[in-house]
Amino acid sequence: MNQTSPTPCAPVATIRQRGQHEVFCGLTSIIWLHRKMQDAFFLVVGSRTCAHLIQSAAGVMIFSEPRFATAIMEERDLAGMADMHDELDGVVEKLLQRRPDIRMLVLVGSCPSEVIKLDLQRAAERLNHRLAPKHRVISYSGSGIETTFTQGEDNFLAALVADNAANSAQDKACDLVIAGCLADVVEDQFSRLLTAMGVENFCFLPGRQSDGVPRIGPKTRYILAQPYLGATAAALEALGATRINAIFPLGEEGTTEWLRAIAQSFGVSETLFDTVTSGPRQRARQAISHYRPMLEGRSVFLFPDSQLEPSLARYLCREAGAEIIEIGSPYLHREHVAGEFALLPVGVSVSEGQDVEVQIDRCRAANPDLIVCGMGLANPFEAEGRVTKWSIEFAFTPIQGYEQAGDLAELFARPLMRNAILAEGSRSFGGGRP
Amino acid sequence: MKLTMWTYEGPPHVGAMRVAASMKGVHYVLHAPQGDTYADLLFTMIERRQSRPPVTYTTFQARDLSGSTADIFKSACQEAVLRFKPEALLVGSSCTAELLQDDPGGLSRTLDISVPVVPLELPSYQKKETWGAAETFYRLVRSFAGHGQRATDIAPNSCNILGPTSLGFRNRDDITEIVALLKGIGIDIRVVAPLGASPIDLSRLPDAAFNIVLYPEIADVTARWLQKTYGMPFVSTVPIGVGATRQFLADVRQMAGLEASDHGDASLGGTDRLTWYTKSVDSNYLTNKRVFIFGDATHAIAAARIASRELGFKVCGLGTYMREFARDVRAAALEYGVEPLISDDHLEVEQAIIDARPELVLGTQMERHIAKRLRVPCAVISSPVHVQDFPARYSPQMGFEGANVIFDSWVHPLMMGLEEHLLSMFRDDFEFHDNASASHLHADGAAPAALSVVASTSASTVADLVEDASWTSDAEKELKKIPFFVRGKARRNTEAFAADRGINPITVETLYDAKAHFAR
Repeated sequence: MNQTSPTPCAPVATIRQRGQHEVFCGLTSIIWLHRKMQDAFFLVVGSRTCAHLIQSAAGVMIFSEPRFATAIMEERDLAGMADMHDELDGVVEKLLQRRPDIRMLVLVGSCPSEVIKLDLQRAAERLNHRLAPKHRVISYSGSGIETTFTQGEDNFLAALVADNAANSAQDKACDLVIAGCLADVVEDQFSRLLTAMGVENFCFLPGRQSDGVPRIGPKTRYILAQPYLGATAAALEALGATRINAIFPLGEEGTTEWLRAIAQSFGVSETLFDTVTSGPRQRARQAISHYRPMLEGRSVFLFPDSQLEPSLARYLCREAGAEIIEIGSPYLHREHVAGEFALLPVGVSVSEGQDVEVQIDRCRAANPDLIVCGMGLANPFEAEGRVTKWSIEFAFTPIQGYEQAGDLAELFARPLMRNAILAEGSRSFGGGRP
Repeated sequence: MKLTMWTYEGPPHVGAMRVAASMKGVHYVLHAPQGDTYADLLFTMIERRQSRPPVTYTTFQARDLSGSTADIFKSACQEAVLRFKPEALLVGSSCTAELLQDDPGGLSRTLDISVPVVPLELPSYQKKETWGAAETFYRLVRSFAGHGQRATDIAPNSCNILGPTSLGFRNRDDITEIVALLKGIGIDIRVVAPLGASPIDLSRLPDAAFNIVLYPEIADVTARWLQKTYGMPFVSTVPIGVGATRQFLADVRQMAGLEASDHGDASLGGTDRLTWYTKSVDSNYLTNKRVFIFGDATHAIAAARIASRELGFKVCGLGTYMREFARDVRAAALEYGVEPLISDDHLEVEQAIIDARPELVLGTQMERHIAKRLRVPCAVISSPVHVQDFPARYSPQMGFEGANVIFDSWVHPLMMGLEEHLLSMFRDDFEFHDNASASHLHADGAAPAALSVVASTSASTVADLVEDASWTSDAEKELKKIPFFVRGKARRNTEAFAADRGINPITVETLYDAKAHFAR
């Protein structure tokens, strides 16, 4: 059984439409990146809209002083009355006075800074000259004209890799890099499993501290833990690392195949692999089985959001028994998700990019049992009597690995359970009126 | 360039969206990149709106910049008109599109669109959300009410209500309250705008005798223009608080040419309980409580007046994040003998709150968070709003019922008078420890000593009962990674699971075996 390198097949017709995208821009990924890397500070160079976006997407003002902020460009910057680079230096100085504990300062490009071609890479180099080694400064773009939602993380990780090629604090190259933000608890679970299989000298990208970025050498192999990391993969390969191909670690099957790909690459015996994974696999299946009755045979329509959609659809289809109507994704890295599509039934439709109005029309016509969509669309769909699951939760909740396989099923099952409870509740009064 | 952690206001195009979303038959085509659609969730999530706001975003990308973003804008306009069939189309740019200089207004004129188009010029790098809302409302009113002749015989008791918008602080219920009050004194309300109005309704604005401006931040510019153009006077007293509501009704009567009422207006459209409640003996403890007030200008000024004149508090700080209305707030601050704080930097506001040592903070969601950290009671009085500011129950801020709501929502976060007495009586009793918070406040953060005593006692009892269950240090560490609010349950479940199966010690495996077992 080897599903990790499936024969290229295209069981799906891809709908490509352009129009309004109802997807966050790459700046949004700062919300989880700043929590993951605790000594980094993300400074968006942008407009009031950027500041408002991050604060609105983050819910409300949760932290007194978050490790992210916006340097808001003003009229005098654009009119050329103020030199933008001097202004930026001033903002950085003010920030570091308040927060001298910041080890890594990340300048994040936005739509307006990209349009006026403000060179943040140059700014980072200049600031580094002054601030290194006390503070390291890097830059990447999270602009909405170039990136969607999770692609912000991709660009950040690619910048980390590129920066690290020159400045790694580690002296020994890593054998295995696991790329993509995972919750700490998930990292710990994977670490235990890999250690038990005898795989050593592996590192996670990003690390929990800014100096924990792995060193990449020509013998380094890497595996993606998230499907949206095209630029990161390219950056790693530019340094000589080779990719271990696998589907993504969602669900029992995804996690097993993902771990198996690593095990095979590192010459772990099948017996040892089975010994290490059989317990957790059994647990994952057991946990999913609680929710399977609620998901089996239900039709699901996924709107584009995090690029996790092909993996989520594969999980829903193969482990929860759901029927997939459409998989929307803001962007598809065909090579990285080929394994996922090979496991999906023929005839599932896939859409890349978005024309939201037309997609809503398709969704209404298909009348699915569950719609996976963003927060801008969910309540309006609920008001039409449809059942929805907010997709943003997949980016913020630990869902990867064996021990979270049941949690992932619960995320999909909860709105259906809730709908059933409320429908039952309304039937119990009012003489059976609908 | 300005360093900003959190903002009180969004960009001006969000203000325009608020006006478009308030009205019927208006659609807004916004030239913007894809991330800007986040603004939809302000309406669908915070306000729990049942439909998407009427906005089409052009969603241009980097690759379009070398070609023609203008064409994308034009086709978005045409498609929006076909799909949504609006009575009026607003067109404009967000901050990024403003830099492209595509000129949405000019482009829309080149299109053969069958509906009136109102172009918006909202300078994103100078102005903010509320200004954008006021400007949009003004442009719409100018477009639809700018050409008509005013009727000759206008009933003197007819008026319009201007200012309520989508996402405004309690605007939904304020309107219900004020409309009922005004109907009660015989006022004929013609148009309420922008909330609930259509473009046609706007064209009828000059047909009323006068206007009432409930929210000057949104409607002041428009009311002044209607006054200049049609000679329509307007009432600008904001009816928040009992005294202001009485004054408001008197002003409206006068403007409508109605007799002044001799028996008061309290019986109309609601009951004033605030006046008696603040006189009742339990309220003695409210005397000179130090209150720090910050918000939009209208709500902050009204709050200061109610706090000092109607509740007997002491205003120890007053400010606003709206520079446009700084003058009014400065004047009010002078009246209460405090230094006005005009700032949109929440760190500065936090420092001012610390320095003022208030016993109650009245502010926005931002100040609620500051107060929570400082462990000072707080009530929200103004935008920016949060989902909690759209309560399911009826809870206006305006009119007599609004005053009652204000009494409850400001006084409840404080320790009640009787409770305060009991606490000092039982000061040395361990359960009523000196540090004990009021019964209705969460005991988060610095847990009162009494609580920790109870907690440690019960913990030892639990340990005695299940003395067999021991955790390996790895398992204990793993348990700590589980969020605190479910950790207790996870521990109990795992121990029950282990006891059932005779597992000892509990390992990481046991923890997850139990998790899988109980997964539902």
